[in-house]
Amino acid sequence: MVHQYKLAGRNMVLDTNSGSLHQVDDLAYDAIARYETHTREEIATELLARYSYMPDVNPGEIAALLDDIAALESAGQLFTPDIYQDLATGIGQTHGAYKAMCLHVAHTCNLSCAYCFAGTNQSHGGAALMSFEVGKAALDFLLKHSGTRQNLEVDFFGGEPLLNWDVVKQLVAYGRTQEERWDKHFRFTLTTNGIGLNDEVMDFANREMDTVVLSLDGRKSVHDHFRKTPDGRGSYDIVVPKFQELVRRRGGKGYYIRGTFTRHNLDFTEDILHMADLGFTELSMEPVVCPPDAPYALTETHLPTLFTQYERLAAEMERRNQTGQSFRFYHYTLDLDHGPCAHKRLVGCGVGTEYLAVTPSGAFFPCHQFVGDPAYAMGDVWQGVTTPAVAAALASCNVYTRPACHDCWAKLYCSGGCAANAYHTSGDLRGIDAYGCTLFKKRLECALALKAAGCIL
Amino acid sequence: MTRIQTITSGNLQESVKTGGCGECPTSCQSACKTSCGVINQPCENSK
Repeated sequence: MVHQYKLAGRNMVLDTNSGSLHQVDDLAYDAIARYETHTREEIATELLARYSYMPDVNPGEIAALLDDIAALESAGQLFTPDIYQDLATGIGQTHGAYKAMCLHVAHTCNLSCAYCFAGTNQSHGGAALMSFEVGKAALDFLLKHSGTRQNLEVDFFGGEPLLNWDVVKQLVAYGRTQEERWDKHFRFTLTTNGIGLNDEVMDFANREMDTVVLSLDGRKSVHDHFRKTPDGRGSYDIVVPKFQELVRRRGGKGYYIRGTFTRHNLDFTEDILHMADLGFTELSMEPVVCPPDAPYALTETHLPTLFTQYERLAAEMERRNQTGQSFRFYHYTLDLDHGPCAHKRLVGCGVGTEYLAVTPSGAFFPCHQFVGDPAYAMGDVWQGVTTPAVAAALASCNVYTRPACHDCWAKLYCSGGCAANAYHTSGDLRGIDAYGCTLFKKRLECALALKAAGCIL
Repeated sequence: MTRIQTITSGNLQESVKTGGCGECPTSCQSACKTSCGVINQPCENSK
């Protein structure tokens, strides 16, 4: 499948099945669009008429162009066939090793952010802290059930994990003692709102955490609108200096400044640029995930504005890239040459099959967004995965078992999208979150155009 | 090719034979937590 689009004065052609990306002129753009459905003679006749005002467009030039297109097809860089369905059919049976866990070490928080999806989790089970014993059992499960996978990812999540900091440190220490015995390597991540950051936490996190995810929504007015302390004060002034200090001390290790945008900041590009102006270079900004009737929910009417924002962000990133002020935006960071293999692209995040969320009491759910849903309870740290039907349903999810993905050009880039979002919006694990898909495709188009602009992101 | 500039020559089909080790990061685990895009995940074997 070939996806063509025009963005910021660039004519882009993506050969989706090979991953080849081309930038072409208008003549080539039109020729490629007709190549599979018209004869060479038909294409030549149409293009000669359409471009008769251009002196360099003549029969010989069009013949040479069509030869170039044919050469790219022969080289497997255009009109490449879809060869992945058979791989998808067998992939659910070949997987079965867990490699990642989201440990909800604290179902409580020291902020009261109205849009927090984890707040829903806490309302299911009340405030709770994970004990070391539960966390240790979770790590033991991961060590025992990770097969040949060497790298194990563990995210300390919440609520706010710093409210259970001693247990986090104990679990990191325990994990490190087990790495040699099991020939595994833990990659720890800490996701924090920053309120509890101090020198000791920063030093430990910068030593032990492969990644820290720091929650900041951007401009002070935007951040403080939702991210308030229990007594109603904004938290921007508390967390920003701490985030800057942590990142300054981090020595280049991975981090993300991660924000959420809602209908209250449709001009979210300003928030991303504000993050960059604060000195941060690794940025993530996500559309809010919430019920459609929430007062801050994004709707169809917002899409044109959001599209414009994503284009503006790309243009500004290109400009800053040229002036030595570059930053990275998570969704515009593409590795087209050394990116994920076909296997990864078919199954995506591995929700419930490679990845589990663990509640403070030790219950398993497919991921953090399923926590608290009894229909998706998968067992616990003591008994393991005890709901084979749920596991099988999740294992069967791939881009070829989602009917809405069949003809989508982006399916090998989003891997069928987020199963939790699909389930929560469509009621079906094999459905899609159509709104999320629309935004994803727009972001991908912008990211590919940035590649064509020569931005190293 | 004067009218076509290839930005990247994809090798995704080749990865059917060579991929699948599973060592790559979980897509949404370490940054977004609310969406699934795999294309920004690097391959461990290319490091």
